[in-house]
Amino acid sequence: MKSLFGNTLPELQNIVLDLGLPKFTAAQITDWLYKKDISSIEEMSNLSKKARTLLAEKYVFGLVDHTKVQESSDGTKKYLFPTQNKKFIEAAYIPDENRNTLCVSSQVGCKMGCLFCMTGKQGFQSNLTAGEIVNQVRNLPEREQISNVVFMGMGEPFDNLDEVLKSLEIFTSDWGFGWSPKRITVSTIGIVPAMKTFLDQSQCHLAVSMHSPFEEERKKLMPVESVYSLEQVLDTIRSFDFGRQRRVSFEYIMFKDLNDTTRHVNELARILNGIRCRINLIRFHPIPNTPLEGSDDASIEKFMTALNDKGIRTTLRASRGQDIFAACGLLSTKELVKKKEDGDY
Amino acid sequence: MNNNLKEITILRNEEISPGVFVLTIKRNFSFVPGQVISIALHAHDQPRMYSIASGTQDDEVWILYNIKPEGELTPEMAKLKPGNTIYISKPEGNFYGTARPAIWIASGTGIAPFVSMWRSGLKKDKMLIHGGRFLNSFYFEDEFKEALGKNYIRCCSQESGAGVYQGRLTHWLKEQENLVEDRKYYLCGSAEMVVETRDILIEKEIPYENIVAEIYF
Repeated sequence: MKSLFGNTLPELQNIVLDLGLPKFTAAQITDWLYKKDISSIEEMSNLSKKARTLLAEKYVFGLVDHTKVQESSDGTKKYLFPTQNKKFIEAAYIPDENRNTLCVSSQVGCKMGCLFCMTGKQGFQSNLTAGEIVNQVRNLPEREQISNVVFMGMGEPFDNLDEVLKSLEIFTSDWGFGWSPKRITVSTIGIVPAMKTFLDQSQCHLAVSMHSPFEEERKKLMPVESVYSLEQVLDTIRSFDFGRQRRVSFEYIMFKDLNDTTRHVNELARILNGIRCRINLIRFHPIPNTPLEGSDDASIEKFMTALNDKGIRTTLRASRGQDIFAACGLLSTKELVKKKEDGDY
Repeated sequence: MNNNLKEITILRNEEISPGVFVLTIKRNFSFVPGQVISIALHAHDQPRMYSIASGTQDDEVWILYNIKPEGELTPEMAKLKPGNTIYISKPEGNFYGTARPAIWIASGTGIAPFVSMWRSGLKKDKMLIHGGRFLNSFYFEDEFKEALGKNYIRCCSQESGAGVYQGRLTHWLKEQENLVEDRKYYLCGSAEMVVETRDILIEKEIPYENIVAEIYF
């Protein structure tokens, strides 16, 4: 049976009309799905008995409980969710003094093969539906405390654009969660066509995984550079009017003796000239079979100061949840994935 | 949506192996071997990228593709006939081949950019390792067999045949004791193949800066 949870208002209007119900029923349903604390169609008490029966014949409410939670010594929590095709994804809840961030996944695994990321090592299994994305928020025991949502978990959001955009619509519409788009950041390695659509259709913040300003270097870290270059990404960003409220940031993992030099500072300043943005430095969290090493704290501090001195607002992201493999680049459900035996190699 | 796609007429659309096609169009643009073009059936569809599988001086452009049953484009593209039209972009991407010694590793239709490099004259000091499920998965094998000899390795995961390694290409790679460290390794194929192969190469102490990958997605 299909889920009601994860449908937009227009989709629900089509559903109810197909069932012979009045169109206004859809707005009642979105209210129950996204604003109230119920988990079954039967509990939608302001729908007629007939409406509830008709809905229940073809649909389920659609919430999915997490099956496991791990808590870090720093308070970060990592939740494991099953998906509709018997796979698993992880989401990380990161509470802090001033903000409580939920990091959500958009795919099971990832196709992009970035050298430094555990999710890439498990390959790609499937896209999440909008419902499965939103469920990561809805099911969170701490959901009332969430101040921000970041699409920085498993998967490349712009490789699952339609469902990600739907989830953003649910989060930000008056009929949905009613959140400001400024509470949400979507991170991408730079799938340019999808990024353009996102910038056109959403007001949420954009974060781009950069990790090197040099093409050849970036190609070795991120195969996507061979397909959509950083230059194309930056040209696209320059062509959009972000206004004063919408933010673009660049994520930069610090690798020892690789991308943490003065030469890199200078090149970053050059290529970002004219783009109102910030850089978010990230400590590298080592993963197996990767010949990369993280920069030491002194180098990171020096790099950050140099960029700020050049007028590029640069911050260092706190590494949270490392002991439970919830930190950047560590999410993976590889152990739960059965290897495909009929692959093409 | 303005995709900047141009309409072009199909010259041929031939099934070279069950479910695998070579689509041929006239070459009226320049490209660098290893580049891709985006293809859509209609001007405003979301296009998909495909590696060019022909040489820079050939009069025609070849596109090698397989039908993905759940896909929106390839099942329809496979039905097209000579005279039908498609929409294509300018060549893009920078998975460039070079004249320097290199090892090419491909799975399935990931062979396409290497066919382009080969047919564009980048033939000297090359080794090609191609992984496929069946014996009919080694597209353009006659050309490579004749020219590369023992530097052309076919790895077949599901069938056995003369001159073909029986097993996955990753198994073949794991068995190699003396992989050359100072050459570039070019990987093209599914993300799973690229990631697994890259891990094996790194384990075998190939510097990661010598590994260049293109992932199909």
